[in-house]
Amino acid sequence: MSLKSENGLWFKCFSCNEILYKNQIEENFYICPKCGNYFRIGWKEYLKILADEGTFRPLFENIRSDDPLEFRDVKKYKKRLKETQKKTSLTEAVKCGTCSVNLQRIAIGILDFAFMGGSMGSAVGERLTLLIEKAANSKLPLVIVSASGGARMHEGIYSLMQMAKTAGALALLAKKRVPYISILTNPTTGGVSASFAFLGDVIISEPRALIGFAGPRVIEQTIRQKLPEGFQRAEFLLEKGQIDMIVTRRNLKDVVSRVLKIFL
Amino acid sequence: MEKLSPEFEKPLLKLEKRIKTLELEPEKNRKQIVALKEKLRKIRKKIFTRLTPYQRVQLARHPLRPIYSDYLKLIFSDFTEFHGDRYFADDEAVICGFGKIDEIKCAVIGQEKGKTTSEKLRRNFGMSHPEGYRKALRIMKLAEKFRIPVITFVDTPGAYPGIGAEERGQAAAIANNLREMMTLEVPIVTSVIGEGGSGGALAIAVSNYIMMLANAIYSVISPEGCASILFRDASRASEAAAALKLTSYDLLRLGVIDEIVSEPFGGAHLAPKRQAEILKKNIKKAIAEVEEKGNYSRNRYEKFRKMGKIKIAK
Ligand SMILES: [Zn+2]
Repeated sequence: MSLKSENGLWFKCFSCNEILYKNQIEENFYICPKCGNYFRIGWKEYLKILADEGTFRPLFENIRSDDPLEFRDVKKYKKRLKETQKKTSLTEAVKCGTCSVNLQRIAIGILDFAFMGGSMGSAVGERLTLLIEKAANSKLPLVIVSASGGARMHEGIYSLMQMAKTAGALALLAKKRVPYISILTNPTTGGVSASFAFLGDVIISEPRALIGFAGPRVIEQTIRQKLPEGFQRAEFLLEKGQIDMIVTRRNLKDVVSRVLKIFL
Repeated sequence: MEKLSPEFEKPLLKLEKRIKTLELEPEKNRKQIVALKEKLRKIRKKIFTRLTPYQRVQLARHPLRPIYSDYLKLIFSDFTEFHGDRYFADDEAVICGFGKIDEIKCAVIGQEKGKTTSEKLRRNFGMSHPEGYRKALRIMKLAEKFRIPVITFVDTPGAYPGIGAEERGQAAAIANNLREMMTLEVPIVTSVIGEGGSGGALAIAVSNYIMMLANAIYSVISPEGCASILFRDASRASEAAAALKLTSYDLLRLGVIDEIVSEPFGGAHLAPKRQAEILKKNIKKAIAEVEEKGNYSRNRYEKFRKMGKIKIAK
């Protein structure tokens, strides 16, 4: 959670500076009760919001990133991976598994921004592809929650190819007539938005989430002008016809199960 | 143009210029001409037998490098251009149509950078908006309907990062191409002829057979972008180019492309016609090979399914 805490019990909202207690935030779906700001949350919190308690069964945890390019920027990719794993207690930037949503069994993948910005390298691509293939073969409806800056540069061209791989797996899923709900959270950009995230039968976004192909900074540099307020936010995308709906965290679970019922 | 040539080519250009001047009086300067020509050959050999990755990046973007419209003219006959995505506009960064490669009928789709300044602006330097990807997909579906193989040419810095592009769903347009190309039941053969810029390139390159000109590049991000984000210093592009493994030789080794198409010594720009002949031969061979295997969409998925490198933890 991107919340500042002195002792783990209370936090300060970085948007309105209100002092908030931990349970106060949890009860309010990780939204500031004072100003309505959405705190950035990880896979565990999304699972808590979406899944029936105790129904999650993780999958593909043994699939890990390698270092195909022996890449280093300011530090070695291998070292960065190890440190990130330790810091986040995640093995990769996506958590996959099965769970129930109001008793409906689904296949679920949740990208976690805390792990290298939720970026997609070979392991994320492979886990998601396996998840989609499992959903297709077991006829399990699929839900993917995205939070990602895009492809993971540290794995070069292999990261780019994960876009084609996951999109191809989704073609199989479509052929089997298994529904797929894509949930976009803040932010969803680059190679993730331009592959599985925008291929949902239904695309739901959280309020205010930044969603787009190019990042706002790159656009500003290219067109040499300041972007209008609200550009690339969920509300903007809804207006432009790019997503189906904006749903608050409080309503997310019910909307997901209602949408699934339409197609099942 | 010469001013825009990459730095490492400049000694060669200087020598060439001197030889040209001397050749105005060939009788008088014969000895010197022979010597300089030999010197030129040696220097060229020295540079081009060990190009650095960043030098290849510069060749891929070379101002004189043949572009898609050159190959379109030199490889295909009876080309008829089809315009528009049927929704919004005709994106001139992509040229689509149908033509023949010798006796083989095919759909031809490619990214066009343009040559003159006005052309470059009209073509948006080969950077598509969503309507470009949608036009390309429309033509592919049309080709599939009439059982015609699809030939694509990749040469783009990337999908255009602009306000209109975002408003009209750049991400969705690319994503849709990736999924729909995977299901296409006709052969798709792709040549990366210059710059293969990230998702913008991949959106017309989910293919059965992918070949790359020797000095073309294909990457998840430009070396400049990578340098400024990861190395926090845009001037380290040369280092980033090496780290990203974006040359044709790297990509063949990584199993992402099927073949390297050789370039005339010194780069495609020194002999565009010969380059086109070589490319044409390879494309024809690739179509035959893909048709021989059949099962176009299944083989295509299996090809991409294998891409990437992971570890299995205990
Ligand atoms: Zn607040």
